[in-house]
Amino acid sequence: MVSQVSAETSPPSAGANPPGVPTTTITLDVNGSPHRLEVDNRTSLLDALRERLDLTGSKKGCDHGQCGACTVLVDGRRTNSCLVLAVSAEGSDVTTVEGLADGDALHPVQQAFLDRDAYQCGYCTPGQICSTVGMLEEARAGMPSHVTTDITNGEIDLDDEEVRERLSGNLCRCGAYVNIVPAVHDAACAHDADATEGATR
Amino acid sequence: MKTFEYERATDVASAVATLDRTPNAKPLGGGTNLVDLMKLGVERPDLLVDVSRVDFGGVDELPDGGLRIGAGVRNSDLAAHPLVRTRYPALTRALVSAASGQLRNQATTGGNLLQRTRCTYFMDTTKPCNKREPGTGCGAVAGLSRELGILGVNDLCIATHPGDMAVALAALDAIVVFETVDGEQRLPIDEFFREPGDDPTRDTNLPSGALITAVELPSLPVATNSTYRKARDRRSYAFALGSVAAALSVDEAGLVTDVRIALGAASPVPWRARKAEEALVGSPATPASFAAAAQLELAAATTTEQNAFKVPLLTRLVVGVLSELAGLDHEGDDPADPADPADPAEDADPSPFRPTGANGSPRRVAADVDPGAATGPEGSAS
Repeated sequence: MVSQVSAETSPPSAGANPPGVPTTTITLDVNGSPHRLEVDNRTSLLDALRERLDLTGSKKGCDHGQCGACTVLVDGRRTNSCLVLAVSAEGSDVTTVEGLADGDALHPVQQAFLDRDAYQCGYCTPGQICSTVGMLEEARAGMPSHVTTDITNGEIDLDDEEVRERLSGNLCRCGAYVNIVPAVHDAACAHDADATEGATR
Repeated sequence: MKTFEYERATDVASAVATLDRTPNAKPLGGGTNLVDLMKLGVERPDLLVDVSRVDFGGVDELPDGGLRIGAGVRNSDLAAHPLVRTRYPALTRALVSAASGQLRNQATTGGNLLQRTRCTYFMDTTKPCNKREPGTGCGAVAGLSRELGILGVNDLCIATHPGDMAVALAALDAIVVFETVDGEQRLPIDEFFREPGDDPTRDTNLPSGALITAVELPSLPVATNSTYRKARDRRSYAFALGSVAAALSVDEAGLVTDVRIALGAASPVPWRARKAEEALVGSPATPASFAAAAQLELAAATTTEQNAFKVPLLTRLVVGVLSELAGLDHEGDDPADPADPADPAEDADPSPFRPTGANGSPRRVAADVDPGAATGPEGSAS
């Protein structure tokens, strides 16, 4: 079955949208909290996060999926939020850079970026961090990349070349890559240590 | 962006019924290409039928040893699937060469097949384009054509299919399975994609209102020895200037017993190089015969001044890929055309840095090209 949710069946607009513009009332699960809002169907997930939920950590660079500044985690997987319609994200768990830390304790990837000074202007940094969080999970799951020599065994040696290839969807106009790569290695080590500790606990 | 209605489908039948009865409705998968084109005003659907939550199935082995790939399987998951990695490595190699990690997580198998060309004129609504606006002419033929097609093109349209996945699928004899209101139908991938002919607006022979539900790969022993190579302006996250998917088996006498070759970024369709394949079967597996076969295939090429480099580029890619699959050391051996200055930036090159024309060094890809014609980052994979 198809559930029709459109201008005709949606509750009246709060006035944010001009008449005749199709809207949908959705619930977005962001950083563990549900948010109910009526959106113009054209709204990207990125715009919903920034303009409606005031989660301005995710950045709009190109708005065309080319720069990675808008990267968030959707159901744990890194995603360009500028190319996801907010209506299509209903029912998914969205994690933004604001949702990574555990209280005052930074996420290991955030801490590694701080420790390594892995940014200059910082505009691409939230996307770089969310992308790294997703990428480390992909590598741990054995997902191959373009530079993986042996794609048959499912073991990934996350060397510099792998890190650069896997994060090529995140551009840094300042050119902070030389510090981003070591930050990612630090985070990978911290992540592995956590995983080992968790497994032996 | 033009306004549109949105419906979320929960099963194939209802999605197809809605698509069939609604003119100008489009299915939404990962949305990485469709949403982007809607932002640009190139795609202007009245209704999006969101099929991203429909269960099309995963990657499953078929009784004959082939694979069924559900239309909703994400590019990253398909690339990582153990049976794909071991039985159809060309498909994994093609997928991981495409777009970025984020886009591969979003892009679906079905949506990737339906991605549109990245021709500059198609993407810009202020420019003439017969594919986007029939009868307005082709701006690319006499304009920026460096990235565009040389095989199966005509005066109306020289756009290329921009993808990598479909090139591997073409070499692997994939079948596209789709649902219409009349039931399930299937098209071999060769018949799924169409050349522009007198109607460049149609990229495929998918009937109006149909929904792709799966891609099937036949059991294909030769495919275990297959790969994909892509030449591009950057080492990562860029569309192909030329690419080759190939599979090869060679007997003890060194003769080719089976070969599959498909060319990417060469044509409006993923170009299955059947002439080259026919010429190669029974021939010695040597760089010279690989080059002769590639040249035979590319004899039909129609090029512009800007994209003529694709002929030697694709020839060398074919030689390089087949030599690799034959276990030959072909580096430094260039039977294709030793005098030609174009030196493809093949991914086997370990150096991430390439000299550019700016300091007088030779460019690695396509010397003497207009820098303004360079593509942007490879956004929007499906």
